[in-house]
Amino acid sequence: MPRATPFHPRTKDLCTSLAYKEWAGCHAVRRYDMYQDREYYALRNQATLMDATPLYKYDIQGSNAADLLSRVTVREFGTHSVGRVSYVCWCDDHGKVLDDGTVTRLDDRWFRLTSSEPALRWLRFNSRGLDVAVSDVSRRIAALALQGPLARAILRPIVGAELDDLRFFRAMPVQYDVGGTGAQGVVTRTGYTGDLGYELWMRNEDALDVYDAVVESGRPFGLLPMGLDALDVARVEAGFVLAGVDYTPANQAFIERQKSSPYELGFDWMVRLDRGPFIGQAALRREVEAGPARRFVGVEVDWDEFEALHERFGLIPHIETATSREGVPLYEKGRQIGYATSRTWSPLLKKYLALGTVEAAYAGEGTHLQIEVTCEYERHHVGAAVRPTPFFDPERKKA
Amino acid sequence: MAASKHYDAIVVGGGHNGLTCAAYLARAGRRVLVLERRHVLGGAAVSEEIFPGFTYSVCSYVVSLLRPWIIRDLELARFGLEMIPLESSFLPLPDGRSMCRWADPALTREEVSRFSRHDAELMPLFSQAMSKIGRFVRPIIDSPVPVPTSLLPAELVRLLKLGRHFQKASVDMMELRLKLLTMSAVDFLDEWFEAEELKAPMSVSGIIGTFLGVRSPGTAYVLLHHYMGEIDGAFRSWGFARGGTGGVSNAIANAARHFGAEIRTEAGVERILLNGRRATGVVLENGDELRATQIVSGCDPRRTFLGFVGPDHLPDEFVRSLSRYRYRGSSGKVNLALDALPEFTCRPGEAHLRGDIAIAPGIDYLERAYDEAKYGTFSRRPYINIVLPSLVDSTIAPPGKHVMSCFVQYAPYDIREGAEHWPQKRDAFGETVIDTIEEYVPNIRDLILHKQVLTPWDLEQEFGLSEGNIFHGELTLDQLAFQRPMSGWARYRTPVRNLWLAGSGAHPGGGIMGSPGALCAKAMLGSGRSG
Repeated sequence: MPRATPFHPRTKDLCTSLAYKEWAGCHAVRRYDMYQDREYYALRNQATLMDATPLYKYDIQGSNAADLLSRVTVREFGTHSVGRVSYVCWCDDHGKVLDDGTVTRLDDRWFRLTSSEPALRWLRFNSRGLDVAVSDVSRRIAALALQGPLARAILRPIVGAELDDLRFFRAMPVQYDVGGTGAQGVVTRTGYTGDLGYELWMRNEDALDVYDAVVESGRPFGLLPMGLDALDVARVEAGFVLAGVDYTPANQAFIERQKSSPYELGFDWMVRLDRGPFIGQAALRREVEAGPARRFVGVEVDWDEFEALHERFGLIPHIETATSREGVPLYEKGRQIGYATSRTWSPLLKKYLALGTVEAAYAGEGTHLQIEVTCEYERHHVGAAVRPTPFFDPERKKA
Repeated sequence: MAASKHYDAIVVGGGHNGLTCAAYLARAGRRVLVLERRHVLGGAAVSEEIFPGFTYSVCSYVVSLLRPWIIRDLELARFGLEMIPLESSFLPLPDGRSMCRWADPALTREEVSRFSRHDAELMPLFSQAMSKIGRFVRPIIDSPVPVPTSLLPAELVRLLKLGRHFQKASVDMMELRLKLLTMSAVDFLDEWFEAEELKAPMSVSGIIGTFLGVRSPGTAYVLLHHYMGEIDGAFRSWGFARGGTGGVSNAIANAARHFGAEIRTEAGVERILLNGRRATGVVLENGDELRATQIVSGCDPRRTFLGFVGPDHLPDEFVRSLSRYRYRGSSGKVNLALDALPEFTCRPGEAHLRGDIAIAPGIDYLERAYDEAKYGTFSRRPYINIVLPSLVDSTIAPPGKHVMSCFVQYAPYDIREGAEHWPQKRDAFGETVIDTIEEYVPNIRDLILHKQVLTPWDLEQEFGLSEGNIFHGELTLDQLAFQRPMSGWARYRTPVRNLWLAGSGAHPGGGIMGSPGALCAKAMLGSGRSG
């Protein structure tokens, strides 16, 4: 049975829908109300607070901490300054992606890695010969994602005015003002929503105090608790891949074709090939020469065609308000050339959006495709086009 | 700037439709200039900080049917459009009871069944029936109307298509539609429901912006518009714009500027320049003359033709039709800045105040309000539609304080003493509204920090809405579709060549839809002829 996170004593009373799912061994709220759109709109217009504790979290400490991360992941960490946060993926020996997550440099000898799959064994296995200790702090550190345009105004009174200077993908140590002597922790300007937002890291024993302080500060700003369903809509709008949904971690794949390289997932920008050896380097060099066979793309379904299809049946288009994770084929002139792995209606953009993987030749922006749509148990093809991601990219995210 | 700069199009009036039209034209590469008389954009879809710290949606206060295709085409989210859906519809009653209809059907069923189990069971079926009909009506509001009297092949095809579309409806749907077209809102609802407390607040959507009562025939049709939002899907198009209703206009203006349009405020137009019966430019109130190939008016038909063009330059028949087109403004607006959240005696708390609040405690109450207006006075106990957008939008009031927006009907433009006597009645009108609210919120007077009262006269004088009609002419069946604003001129063209009508007085009409502006631009771009 999944376990409760340290925030459960607060969130359980708010979750009137009783809609939970399992996330990394924890109970995680899908949505607090029967419908998640209030939470979604609060995220895009005000701010939301989400329990992100289930993320796997590893502390990597020692004089070779940067070396370990440079060896395991596709990025080079020796040059990363303290306080920098990096989005990163890591591969197996064949250059196929195992997982993706963030790395925060907390001091010269201390990094923290988050991941969606357990990574302790892999990190320790690859640290032989290095002066480094890897510890799993997943169950000791609680995390909150405070996201949305008003997140800064809500968090400032709790962590101080220095927050205003915290740039996108940077971290700062904080003393949460929760009464008494406060609570130590770290705030990173990161998130999975593609909006202005912060992630708050703290010890389990401080979790409820920090939660209460944020809720109190957020009250006049319309802060709402948010679950995973609204997050799933936002992350598609932001164009973020999700391990286990948009790609299969290489070590979980049953067959070769289920695996993906960083290039196939659009991680080209993060891979640094010309440096010391790292896991998967040789295979990735070969792939760069040959060019990736597939590409991860954003897709916009032609709404007029989608509506016309439903009109033929006398129906009004109806899409689940939650993101669908059921893969559907993508075609070009009748031949299947890929698949869409996440689909969602964007209430903000009024567009039906998808993330998917296509043969590299069809990945160019504007390429016209067709997507399979099932209407009254019949399968049909509806027009769609490859679009740049993020679909929604507000200035405030980085401002 | 060169005074002789030539534009492809000048849009007179920077309301949401004028701006939408400008954005579409600019997106197609046209050189466009928008001229707004006031210091702010938005027309009646405007936000203004009237009292320090408090932003009022001065006139229009909820965004109803802003078309999703316009949001997509103009990428309005990218240009700052932020919508917050209305969560509920709350009906306080003077006897201490109350009913709240929520977005969650299960919650609504529970609330309604306290009044009538029968109605609670029927509500989902009613919604479905209305959505089915709405499906047949929607193509009409999203495309130009066919001209039924035309024999042009293109028009006949258009008419035939629409006819086929309607033929697809089943017999019971056709019957339902016929009822909607002819019945009063109350008679129509009587066929479905028994609880007065449900029917009264539902019926008012049939009278907003008209000078009719809930028992007047023809008012049922407008009920349908309420269900159009549901067809736009889980997509809930009823909502607040962040920063007030002006947020919509500003997003459209940002899009228009991005596409290259030039927008000027405090640039009132005095008249439209003519060469024979062809529009060639405008003369500003400051005397400047500006030339353009096409002139678009976002203003209402009376202001456009009688104000900017002049009856002498129009065909007599057209002028006669113009004079028959009814405005008859019937509503006013009271905006309040409050020191704290008001507490309704019948239901304390705030969860049910995040949507709209209807002071409509009974059908007789509403009909009586109309009776008074018929004979030239404002209702002593009016229908009031209240919203407290500051509950969900912290940008429009200081923390803990609130903006209360009250739409008030009936306030007839033609009061017995004559419309020009409204300024002397303004205070009494405002007091009546507050007296009415006081019956539900006893301490309302202690909370008021500032009050703005707008009568139909003010709506005309300040916002240029003829007779204070918020929809540029009554939304009654005889003034809709191919008769909006008048038969033969429902396709954005006018008897003046190169002069186009893009406001709510054009098809499909009022509300923050954007359709008239967008469809007008499409007609202009499609016409290819510049005269």
